[in-house]
Amino acid sequence: MSYIPLELSDLALAAILLIANGAVSIWYQLGLERTLAISAVRMVVQLSLVALALKLIFSLDSPLWTVLFGLFMTAAAAYEVVSRQERRVAGPIGILLGTGAPFFAGLVATMFAAIAVIGPDPWYAPRYVLPIFGMMLGNALSGTTLVLDFMTNAAVRERPAIEARLALGAGRFEAFDIVLRRALTTGLMPILTAMATTGVVSLPGMMTGQILAGIDPVSAAKYQVMIMFLISGATGVAVLAAGLGSVLLLTDERHRLRIDRLVQR
Amino acid sequence: MLRVEHLKVGSLPALSFSVSDGECLAVEGPPGSGKTRILRAIADLDPIDAQLFLDGVERREMSAADWRKAVRYAAAEPGWWSDTPRDSFPNISSLEARVFRLLAAVGLDEDVLERPISMLSTGERQRIALVRALADEPKVLLLDEPTGALDVGSAALVEELLRFQLLAGRSILIASHDPAMIGRLSHARLQLAPTERPARSTRMPPP
Repeated sequence: MSYIPLELSDLALAAILLIANGAVSIWYQLGLERTLAISAVRMVVQLSLVALALKLIFSLDSPLWTVLFGLFMTAAAAYEVVSRQERRVAGPIGILLGTGAPFFAGLVATMFAAIAVIGPDPWYAPRYVLPIFGMMLGNALSGTTLVLDFMTNAAVRERPAIEARLALGAGRFEAFDIVLRRALTTGLMPILTAMATTGVVSLPGMMTGQILAGIDPVSAAKYQVMIMFLISGATGVAVLAAGLGSVLLLTDERHRLRIDRLVQR
Repeated sequence: MLRVEHLKVGSLPALSFSVSDGECLAVEGPPGSGKTRILRAIADLDPIDAQLFLDGVERREMSAADWRKAVRYAAAEPGWWSDTPRDSFPNISSLEARVFRLLAAVGLDEDVLERPISMLSTGERQRIALVRALADEPKVLLLDEPTGALDVGSAALVEELLRFQLLAGRSILIASHDPAMIGRLSHARLQLAPTERPARSTRMPPP
């Protein structure tokens, strides 16, 4: 088994397949040709830049640059959270919750993996830390977005029920308990489904990548198992933080429901 | 006794009034004049700048939960968080006997608690919600259109139940579209003007 590097000509060949996509759009007048072209170019540019940046950071092998790149990834995640949400809590505190929950969860899971599980030398080796942090952040981010969306929509939709409970003397967490449980379930469902179907329906991207790079499938599977455990832990932490944080932001210290704090996108 | 000082709601002038034990204050005014907002504010459900006293204790001297256990708001559209009414009653196991008595007083059978909420009529839901509001014996009742969805017979039962609550020393603030019931039940009226005109408060001798 050996690794076969791709030449630029190989990529050009693969790009021909985009034409099939474009042809469908033109044939059925979907008007997606422009979007297709922009998306494809964006992907190429983004991946090239990231590859160059990672190459540089791997060669520097400095904790400072590793942290800075991690923060850059978090900032991109923050942008995603804000733009994806239909309703969100107004002001910086809403963005802080949407970003802070996946960041904190990703940080904890990555540190755990780097120090306790994999143990690279040095422990902050960017080659290990950054890809893992990215996977943690991305998955925790999806969970967080689901939870925040559910909580804000439920606060509006279930307002009579929540306020009825408050009026009967319930505290804010008691008044939100059913909503919170459903939100946490919603946030955890994707990773549970992914764990149950992984390998059967599709090979995970990371494992595929390792196999293509010439790694023994059993070793690749071991890595994938560890990653799935890390993701489920990180998602759990992020989902819980997002859920509890939402209750606190959607209510105030006198246990009132504060719909007025929400802004529509 | 409930005492309200400098309650600012919407464009209304600051309101100050008190409701003694066993007294009923009717809040009157056209739709949108602020009746619901006043009741919600007194239940501390909306952020407001006002001094609210229950038997001399200001609301911020007690927890929000304790305040709302004593000063109970019942919305015109009751909220539910379960399939059957029973699970939307806090602490029903310890209050069951009282809940059954109250249900009977408003003309409902106790097995109504086990029926799906979606199958109950608006009037049944409203009466069950009133029973829920009264079950743990709050000191002050803030009732928003308690008979709005009821037929004449049920409304008479509810009115009778409220009269008993007054006799038991509870205070009631009521917003209602039924002038006849207001006339029979209330000792004082808070009339909200439709425009920017100041609110008038008229006090009548108790009936």
